[in-house]
Amino acid sequence: MLIPSAVALCATVAAAETVLPGDVTFADGAIEQPLTDGAGDPDRGKEIMTSRGKGNCIACHQVEALSEAPFHGEVGPPLDYVGEYRSAAELRGIVANAKMTFEGSVMPAFYKTSGFIRPGDAYTGDAAPADLPPILTAQEIEDVIAFLQTLKDG
Amino acid sequence: GLAPIAWAGGPDDDELVINGDIEIVTETDAPAHLEELDTIYSGWRFRTDETQALQLDDFDNPGMIFVDQAMDSWGTVEGTEGKSCAACHGDDPAESMTGVRAVYPKWNEDAGEVRTLAMQINDCRQNQMGAEPYGYTSADMTAMEALISVQSRGMPVNVAIDGPAADTWEQGKEMYYTRYGQLELSCANCHEQNYGNYIRADHLSQGQINAFPTYRLKQAKLIQQHNRFQGCIRDTRAETFKPGSPEFVALELYVASRGNGLSVEGPSVRN
Ligand code: HEC
Ligand code: HEC
Ligand code: HEC
Repeated sequence: MLIPSAVALCATVAAAETVLPGDVTFADGAIEQPLTDGAGDPDRGKEIMTSRGKGNCIACHQVEALSEAPFHGEVGPPLDYVGEYRSAAELRGIVANAKMTFEGSVMPAFYKTSGFIRPGDAYTGDAAPADLPPILTAQEIEDVIAFLQTLKDG
Repeated sequence: GLAPIAWAGGPDDDELVINGDIEIVTETDAPAHLEELDTIYSGWRFRTDETQALQLDDFDNPGMIFVDQAMDSWGTVEGTEGKSCAACHGDDPAESMTGVRAVYPKWNEDAGEVRTLAMQINDCRQNQMGAEPYGYTSADMTAMEALISVQSRGMPVNVAIDGPAADTWEQGKEMYYTRYGQLELSCANCHEQNYGNYIRADHLSQGQINAFPTYRLKQAKLIQQHNRFQGCIRDTRAETFKPGSPEFVALELYVASRGNGLSVEGPSVRN
């Protein structure tokens, strides 16, 4: 079981240097400072974007580089080439809380833990626990950013 | 190659005539109160041809089995008063129940409340028959609603939103635009802003309830509108409301009113 222990180790290291959801500072919707000092892993980011319980980004976005995962939605714009015209800081801000960039966006905030109406405990329909975790961890956000940055022409 | 996506661009152009006889209005002008939409559509228009076909003939509609079951319940004596539905409403529900589904939820003057069809059925069971109420979304209840809906198929939904129902309607409207849960999504975000678009593998409809109860192929059973509301709110990572709760009654009145002018269609078939 090499992989799980490696992941656990990363998580411990990252936890020490994590910017908590309530401490994130936005400048024009962007977040300059990485949320952890562990580098983002684009392969993990790819998995997070397609897995239903995690980012499930393809529920709303079409991404050609993720075409092996079935069914891409059309609620949001296609994300091909987004790494070309958006900086890491802009992407971090959009994924953490898209409403800071696009007012009233239907895109959920993936790194936010308060200010919700009737928050639930994931997809159970029950009330959220008092210490509601963000949908994605700081490391998972960085992983997604790392993947989005690979979406460039050529 | 690309992942399977179908750029849907909205409802299809198919027409629904049940048994070659009952014409169903699946597209019409939005009611005056609904300023955000010009045209309203039944959810049937957003389903695949295969799913749509199951509603063309009652022999193919898996929801019709439950109509037959409810017909048995209709004539069954239950409770302390020794009565069946038929005892008061006659042997043939077509004679007493035609047009009823189309106007529910409806204000009940004596009770001083807005009643859904399910609430009225349980009121009759408890206060007229002395029988146990059905569970709000139980199989028996949903089947009885299907039996009553069938009597109004093809008639326009026409729920009243003014007078004493106005406060409940306002409450439902507010809920429709509230962004619930950790995903912060309202009914309107999906069913008003994005109908016609795919969200993952689902082709979003306007979330109308003219066609309830609905036989869901995925769940292989007949489901009621409050089950659907519960599922949609749960999917926003929210704490849901309970079926039969005052909140869902208000939401049902409001959602029903967004479909005023569409035909009563239940029991329908959806995926
Ligand atoms: C419920 C729908 C929904 C989900 C889920 C969603 N998004 Fe979005 N996203 C949108 C919409 C809509 C926009 C367009 C912004 C706007 O107008 O609100 C957007 C915009 C974006 C943009 C900016 C694109 C540009 O051209 O500037 C990025 C990047 C993005 N999303 C990434 C993601 C990632 C990564 C995830 C998952 C972790 C995700 N989205 C999940 C709906 C969604
Ligand atoms: C002892 C008589 C009695 C029995 C038995 C009875 N009902 Fe009723 N039902 C009534 C009366 C009286 C009303 C009108 C109530 C009102 O308007 O407040 C009514 C109203 C209704 C309505 C609403 C009709 C409308 O136009 O709004 C429905 C639906 C209904 N009953 C269904 C049923 C069903 C289903 C059963 C059996 C499970 C049943 N009833 C059993 C007496 C009865
Ligand atoms: C995240 C997106 C989303 C949100 C938010 C949402 N729904 Fe839905 N809803 C769906 C999807 C997907 C379906 C299945 C496809 C369809 O019929 O639109 C559906 C189906 C329905 C249906 C069944 C329509 C039919 O013809 O069978 C109803 C009714 C409905 N929704 C009502 C609501 C109400 C009321 C709310 C708010 C409380 C709501 N939905 C919120 C995604 C959503």
